[in-house]
Amino acid sequence: MMLQGGIILFVSFAYIGILFAIAHYSDKRADAGRSVISNPYIYSLSLAVYCTAWTFYGSVGHAASTGIGFLPIYLGPTLMAALWYLVMRKIIRISKLHHITSIADFISSRYGKSSSLAGLVTIIAVVGIIPYISLQLEAVSTSFAVMWEHSEIAATVPRNNMTIFSDTAFYVALLLAMFAIIFGTRHLDTTERHEGLVAAIGFESIVKLLAFLVVGFYITYGIFNGFGDIFTRASQVPELQTLFTMENAGTYTDWTWLMFLSMMAIMFLPRQFQMTVVENVNEKHLDKAIWMLPLYLLLINIFVLPIALGGRLLFPSGVVDADTFVLTIPISQGQEELALLVFLGGLSAATGMVIVATVSLSTMVSNELIMPALLHFGPLRLSKSRDLGGVLLTIRRSTIIIVLLLGYVYFRATGTSYTLVSIGLISFAAVAQFAPSIFGGIYWKTGNHLGAITGLSAGFVMWTYTLFLPSLAESGYLSPSFIASGPFGIELLKPYALLGLSGLNPITHSLFWSMLVNVGGYMILSLVGRQTIIEHSQAAQFVDIYKQAEDNDIRLWRSTSSVPVIRSILEQFLSPARVDEALNQYAQKRNLDWSKDDVADTELINYAERLLAGSVGSASARVLIASAVKEEPVSMDEMMYMLDETSKVIAYSRELEQKSRELELATSELRAANEQLKQVDRLKDDFISTVTHELRTPLTSIRAFSEILYDNPDLDSAQRSKFMNIILKENERLTRLINNVLDLSKIESGKMEWHLTTLDLKEVIEESVATVEQLIKEENITLDLDLSEPTSLTVSDRDRITQVLLNLLSNAIKFCDRENGKITVRLGEVDEQLSVSVLDNGPGIKLENQELIFDKFRQVGDTLTDKPQGTGLGLPICRQIITHFGGDLWVESRPGNGSKFIFTLPVVAPNEDGSDNEPDYTPPIFANGQTQKEQG
Amino acid sequence: MTKKVLIVDDEANIVISLEFLMQQAGYQVEIARNGEDALTVVNEFKPDLVLLDVMMPKVNGFDVCQKIRDNAELEDTKIIMLTAKGRDVEVAKGMALGANSYVIKPFSTKQLVLEVQRVLEES
Repeated sequence: MMLQGGIILFVSFAYIGILFAIAHYSDKRADAGRSVISNPYIYSLSLAVYCTAWTFYGSVGHAASTGIGFLPIYLGPTLMAALWYLVMRKIIRISKLHHITSIADFISSRYGKSSSLAGLVTIIAVVGIIPYISLQLEAVSTSFAVMWEHSEIAATVPRNNMTIFSDTAFYVALLLAMFAIIFGTRHLDTTERHEGLVAAIGFESIVKLLAFLVVGFYITYGIFNGFGDIFTRASQVPELQTLFTMENAGTYTDWTWLMFLSMMAIMFLPRQFQMTVVENVNEKHLDKAIWMLPLYLLLINIFVLPIALGGRLLFPSGVVDADTFVLTIPISQGQEELALLVFLGGLSAATGMVIVATVSLSTMVSNELIMPALLHFGPLRLSKSRDLGGVLLTIRRSTIIIVLLLGYVYFRATGTSYTLVSIGLISFAAVAQFAPSIFGGIYWKTGNHLGAITGLSAGFVMWTYTLFLPSLAESGYLSPSFIASGPFGIELLKPYALLGLSGLNPITHSLFWSMLVNVGGYMILSLVGRQTIIEHSQAAQFVDIYKQAEDNDIRLWRSTSSVPVIRSILEQFLSPARVDEALNQYAQKRNLDWSKDDVADTELINYAERLLAGSVGSASARVLIASAVKEEPVSMDEMMYMLDETSKVIAYSRELEQKSRELELATSELRAANEQLKQVDRLKDDFISTVTHELRTPLTSIRAFSEILYDNPDLDSAQRSKFMNIILKENERLTRLINNVLDLSKIESGKMEWHLTTLDLKEVIEESVATVEQLIKEENITLDLDLSEPTSLTVSDRDRITQVLLNLLSNAIKFCDRENGKITVRLGEVDEQLSVSVLDNGPGIKLENQELIFDKFRQVGDTLTDKPQGTGLGLPICRQIITHFGGDLWVESRPGNGSKFIFTLPVVAPNEDGSDNEPDYTPPIFANGQTQKEQG
Repeated sequence: MTKKVLIVDDEANIVISLEFLMQQAGYQVEIARNGEDALTVVNEFKPDLVLLDVMMPKVNGFDVCQKIRDNAELEDTKIIMLTAKGRDVEVAKGMALGANSYVIKPFSTKQLVLEVQRVLEES
């Protein structure tokens, strides 16, 4: 008696209903912040998605013909799990930081967020997984058939003769697609994590393990009398004896490669990556998974050999497909409820794989293939479509259906020419192609984009040629001669014995060649090629993930945008609540206030990119953010330029040293200038104090005599007039002093008004002498005036030059010999310079004082008994005036031989100085003098 | 007995005014035009009081004051320093060197005469 189809369908749907309920509940709990899956046990169980229908049905089938040949597929993961603390922990850490959504995202992100690489990985993953999907379809549809009809039919009816619509597998495909859509794409909020899914998969892992253990226990202890009984009985059957040896289990080479293959598969199968990395809640959960996953694998394999051997003993004819032993044995024993449980176990194994695989593939296809294409080629520009989340979901759902249909097509194409295990291995070999790029990516900074693309492409092409195409050929879709004698009869190109390499099983052979070209291409081109700056940065971040904190993220966006713009982009993919939460979190961490601060800086833009990457993958996130930020992301050229710039740092630092030396120089100059300023300041203080003293002296006299005159009205007139005279003199002195100070400060500050005229110095000298002539006579001084030499004219301020002359004359009178005073004044011209000298026969000036007397208030009166009656400002003023007109003033003197004050003024050429200087004015004597001079 | 006053200043006109004031007040007056002269004159003249200007070139008022105080024979000679306003340091220095009093230039003639009288009456 067979189970009725209705019951099977009902149970199936009921089971799916339970799964859905679990998923729904978990999602609700997750939303409430009390995650069900946030524990290492569910995490470990979810990793058991590795055990699919292949394990559930196929292991027994494999064991029935090879003995322990099924084991490498589970030994590999067990070994790998031991290494996870080194490898997987790193991958998880990297993926969390970069919001990695899939294995394609991971690889592309490592190699510079390259869309092309992401696309390539996606294509490899999809093509590679299609055989695997077909395996599940076959297993489930076979199990359906077995349950539905009876075991013999399932093994013998050629599928090619059926129409699609009478093929169970087609409906199974649709059914699985529906489940996958329901589970994988329920949310509009397309974030990277699916809590409900994980919970459901964890539950499925329990169901399949339980079902398998129950049936195993039943066969071992219900039908037979335990392990010993089965093994003893089997060893008595001659055909079965080989199963206890390594004879059919494969060569050591095959074992090594199979173990390597499964080591890669447990990590890089898209669904494993999805569960282990993307859905990981807490890095620490990995610690438990490292031993729990091997434990699970052990449990689910304990009864494989007993069941296989039992099946062979129970169905010695060989008509029953060994892959169906777990079902057919209970059925043959009339245990239909048990068979139903096993069927459910098989269903859970298949659905688990199909759901997770299609979810991860659809994520990859939408994020890494379709979205970038849409974003690049225009129909989906941001402004035009607000509901990108919806578009995304549609893409994902379509992808799931397409992938499952492709699986079905492959299933139809290959038919039953393969066992479940060998189909699965084809997929394993495909994903093993990711290994070089990923391992290189996380341990070798030099690995670059070109190397990854090359290695992956080469490995994929090799895989296609040596495994995928032959699998089609064996099913008759390609000419069988393709395998037997190579394409176009070229023996060296035989897909199972490339370049004459024969004697290996197809999987090992394919793996050898594909890994050779993959690893070779990756390494050689990585060594030869150059990394772009973004790759360089990503490489450093991936390889040195443990060394860095989250915030030394290299800034790859240099421009700014506004917070509202960033928010609107995020809201196209994430729910507003999620966006709010994320932005608030960001703001809180940095003490920002969005209401005040709405400039999105580089940091926020990078944060948004990572956030978005969690939803649409890093390549797409990059394009999206690029469209929002005003400027393009820093281009590769610019990056290279920046890199070159940094290489110039050494040159710069040299320049910097130079600069700092210059700076030191400037500093010392400044210090000197400052000293000078201080000096000037002191001089100014001295000047002021001197001036006040000089003012006080006449004031003292004036006050004293004023009081005396006032207090003594009866003074005799001689005394009275003497005192009055003193007051007047002191008054004059005061006035003179004040005038001098004012002159000096005007000259020094450049505010002096100069009245320029053409001057004949001879006239000016004569006038000045006339002014002091009376005084000279009173002092009995002899005046010798030598103005005979014909001289040129000069342009100057007549009053100022007169002032200079009077000053020099009165000094000469003051210091002349008391008895036989003599003053000589001379005018001459040498080399376009007029010179005037005033010589006295006074005590003279010591050499060391000859410059000092031109300093303010530095009267050198020490040779006199009486203090000279000067202001101490006369000579300084004279020098300022003469210097102003381009001349010089100095003194020549020897003590005891009088002093000679000389000043020069430049001759001004006719016409040179404008209107004041008229050529007609030139006196004849001037012209004559010139001529004579020239002639002489 | 007529008291003797020595006037030491390099400003001729100030000397004239001081000479007049001192003579009018009934003192016997002698004059020195600079510090060096003052040191000679003070030993010969043995004045009861010296009116001593501070700001003089070469040997200034402080030097003269110190020399007088160093001389035991001139123990009773009073000294009034003539100094500029606001130069508190000068005043302090003069007093420290043994001056009896000081008068600030420009001075009030009456106050000067009173101060001279007061210092002479001290003892």
